[in-house]
Amino acid sequence: MTSKTPGRLYRLWDSDLAYAFRTAPVAIVATLVALTIIFCAVFAPWLAPMNPYNPAGLNLMNGFTPPMEPNAFTGETFLMGADNQGRDMLSTIMYGTRTSLFVGAMAVLFAMVLGISVGLYAGWRGGWVDGALMRVADVQLAFPAILIALLIFGIARGFIPDNLRDQLAIWVLIVAIGLSDWVQFARVVRGATMVEKNKEYVQAARVIGAHPAKIMFRHILPNVMGPVLVIATISLALAIIAEATLSFLGVGVPPTQPSLGTLIRIGQGFLISGEWWILLFPSLTLLALALSVNLLGDWLRDALNPRLR
Amino acid sequence: MAEPLLKIEGLTRRFDVSKPWLNRVIERDEKQFLTANADVSFEIAKGETFALVGESGSGKSTIAKMVVGLLPPSAGTITFAGQTIDTAAGIPRSLRRRFQMIFQDPFASLNPRWRVGEIIAEPIRTFGLMNPTDARKEAARLLEVVGLSANDVTKFPHEFSGGQRQRIAIARALSSKPEFIVCDEPTSALDVSVQAQILNLMRDLQDEFGLTYLLISHDLSVVRHMSTRIGVLYLGRLVEIAQAKKLFTEPQHPYTRMLLDAVPDLALSGRRRRAVEGEIPNPISPPPGCAFHPRCPLVHDRCKREVPLPRPTPIGQAACHALDAVATA
Amino acid sequence: MADPLLSVRDLVVEFPTRRGTLRALDRVSFDIMPGEVLGMVGESGAGKSITGAAIIGLIEPPGRIAAGEIRLKGERIDNLRPEALRKIRGKRIGMVFQDPLTSLNPLYTVAQQLIETIRTHIDCSEAEARKRAVALLDRVGIPAAARRIDDYPHHFSGGMRQRVVIALALCAEPELVIADEPTTALDVSVQSQIIEVLKDICAERGAAVMLITHDMGVIAETADRVAVLYAGRVAEIGPVREVITEALHPYTRGLMGSIPTLTQESDRLVQIPGAMPRLNAIPQGCAFNPRCERAFAPCFTERPELLALDGGRRVACWLHDTAKASEVPHG
Repeated sequence: MTSKTPGRLYRLWDSDLAYAFRTAPVAIVATLVALTIIFCAVFAPWLAPMNPYNPAGLNLMNGFTPPMEPNAFTGETFLMGADNQGRDMLSTIMYGTRTSLFVGAMAVLFAMVLGISVGLYAGWRGGWVDGALMRVADVQLAFPAILIALLIFGIARGFIPDNLRDQLAIWVLIVAIGLSDWVQFARVVRGATMVEKNKEYVQAARVIGAHPAKIMFRHILPNVMGPVLVIATISLALAIIAEATLSFLGVGVPPTQPSLGTLIRIGQGFLISGEWWILLFPSLTLLALALSVNLLGDWLRDALNPRLR
Repeated sequence: MAEPLLKIEGLTRRFDVSKPWLNRVIERDEKQFLTANADVSFEIAKGETFALVGESGSGKSTIAKMVVGLLPPSAGTITFAGQTIDTAAGIPRSLRRRFQMIFQDPFASLNPRWRVGEIIAEPIRTFGLMNPTDARKEAARLLEVVGLSANDVTKFPHEFSGGQRQRIAIARALSSKPEFIVCDEPTSALDVSVQAQILNLMRDLQDEFGLTYLLISHDLSVVRHMSTRIGVLYLGRLVEIAQAKKLFTEPQHPYTRMLLDAVPDLALSGRRRRAVEGEIPNPISPPPGCAFHPRCPLVHDRCKREVPLPRPTPIGQAACHALDAVATA
Repeated sequence: MADPLLSVRDLVVEFPTRRGTLRALDRVSFDIMPGEVLGMVGESGAGKSITGAAIIGLIEPPGRIAAGEIRLKGERIDNLRPEALRKIRGKRIGMVFQDPLTSLNPLYTVAQQLIETIRTHIDCSEAEARKRAVALLDRVGIPAAARRIDDYPHHFSGGMRQRVVIALALCAEPELVIADEPTTALDVSVQSQIIEVLKDICAERGAAVMLITHDMGVIAETADRVAVLYAGRVAEIGPVREVITEALHPYTRGLMGSIPTLTQESDRLVQIPGAMPRLNAIPQGCAFNPRCERAFAPCFTERPELLALDGGRRVACWLHDTAKASEVPHG
């Protein structure tokens, strides 16, 4: 009665999504750019020409070397030039992106877990529970993200003893950015949950007495993930920029683990004196990363819809 | 009769459709209630197919939801296999195992993100009846039972047509080996020829597994074909209960007669039909007394004041004051 | 023999998709005589709604009429420009759709919608148009029409709304009314009322009706002739009584047998095995051959054309082609 089903890989390749992907230059380019940057960042310790934070490998004489020109003193050439302390810009950017990505991804993950849980619960329970949770979310939204991050940061600084400060700074940063971000997940998931919970497959699960938590996470959640993943990708781009902003303002990552924001802050100081490459390349990397991830967000939504497989 | 499998007594359900509190305070409005069901009582014996038939506003879907525990009743009792269900505490698992439900919309009743095998095996796993491997095998076997292929376990619902999805829903309903299945308009969304396949399948399964059905439908022909006894609902109340075939030859309640008159006549018998009067009233403010009285050809004064109680008839029971006169004449 | 009001010949409607072109209608031909009620019956995907949409020019792009002719009183209407088609829509062909909620604009009163439609197609004053509208609403059975005409659509119940839609379809005095599932969304008791209204008012004005539905019961009560569609092709056309009681095409027979009625005695419904083929998987030859128990050699290779038989009946089936049927091995 049913025909022989072709292999899964073929079906994926032949699916409407893969076809649309194959024929859309924007998506292909965005994916390639994002993947390249992410790949270099993740494997930076193995791929970078040098470890910029190992003082032993630094030669101050290399400082301020322009890109692609051999240094007058040491003869070394750097693809993107060297900064004021002789660090290879390419390597610093790769390590910096690594930090930026880590903070961004973890912040988004935190926001997702919090937002999805709140959204599912509020949508499922409805009534006053839903009202209360959404009011909390509204209050959260009234404060700009940077303000919240600064607030949490300031409070945390008061509590954390000096010696731990640097180590915990990254986690405080992640929590701060995540807290400013969870509301959009909660809202989207809440709305979608309220639609799905009236559908008959949820009723079927209730008839057999499935536990509400199981219904929420195993039945409803897979069906609301589409828009969530679009928001997550765009949030990743925004989180990276938020982290860059905070680091730029000096309240982000500690100096021992510079991120793209830190690099931009440092580079800004050298723009007037003519060493443009110290500012330009980190900025371009940030731009490329945020933009490509953003464009990819529009594509990912369709990837998880089984109807298009 | 022997101990009925399902016994419903005085089942009532009211919905609060009032405006929000603030609006009511400002506009000085009363609270508004919609009575979806009032005082519904019937019994279903083991092995029979009992149908609830009615138009929109009759409350038939609400009763189905109350029977399986999706909605708590506002009043009344539900007794399943001799055990009265405490609706506040919820239905105990041992009882839940014994009934299942098939829904109207084959496109919404299966989770689009789950594979068919998982969907069918969910009741088995929820009730802890088998380990996951055996459950998967059972799901494949059930697919064959309902007329699909065992290889379909890995597919997603959107790869099937409406009729095939309804078969999958039936396989899911069978997987926990229930005794009693509530079928809420199981074929309304299907084409006629597919409907025939599903109805035949349901009959075969009933014979093979000794199932009892509560069938909800608006389609009188389907109901006549499938049921042993039929209950007719009007605006939330049971107006008549009767044996299936006899309901169509000797309907007692005026509403039942009007409903039968309205069904298009495929047999082209050229029967004379009385025109249908009026439309179903608004359930929020139903007519006083018997809700059918504005449209009833036999109406008299008593009907406008008093809600009729069910009285025995030659074919079952009916709630109509006019029958009283006949009985005492 | 009078000339047909509407004449459809070899109509082909296609939808291009990236996997190839789908033929929703594959050479459909039929006539509608003035004043008659033609039922168009079929299951989901058979193409009955597309036929109605094609006639009135409402096929959504990229779908299009790829071939064939549609003639209204002898003049072609399938190749008209949109402005010309708009004049015909409403004036000469009226539409009644399934969902009264979407046919009526919720933001305008019934009076406004009726008067606007009347004045678009008939030259008269506003007062005159209003008089006509009230009379029409009264005719379709809206109580207190003069007062209720100023209500908004949501003030009416489902059945009443559908009556308004019928009034709207007929207010410009069309020659043909296309009704696409006019009663499917209504309760059974209301359905019979609406069908009566539609039938009466069209008979009164001499308008022909093309009644599209999947409900054979409605056809049995209302139509003069019926066309049965299967997979985008016409399987059978004929007078209603004969098609229902003595269907010629095996599909129609199966269909009739699978409908439960209020009087049948048998325990099992006739079941046609399988399902209607998807538009991208129509078998060669007769589209019904995989499911037909009487299929024989030519059914698998050649597509049967609509054969004209006695009594105004047409059927697309090799069993009724005397030349081919003689090839059937008897046994």
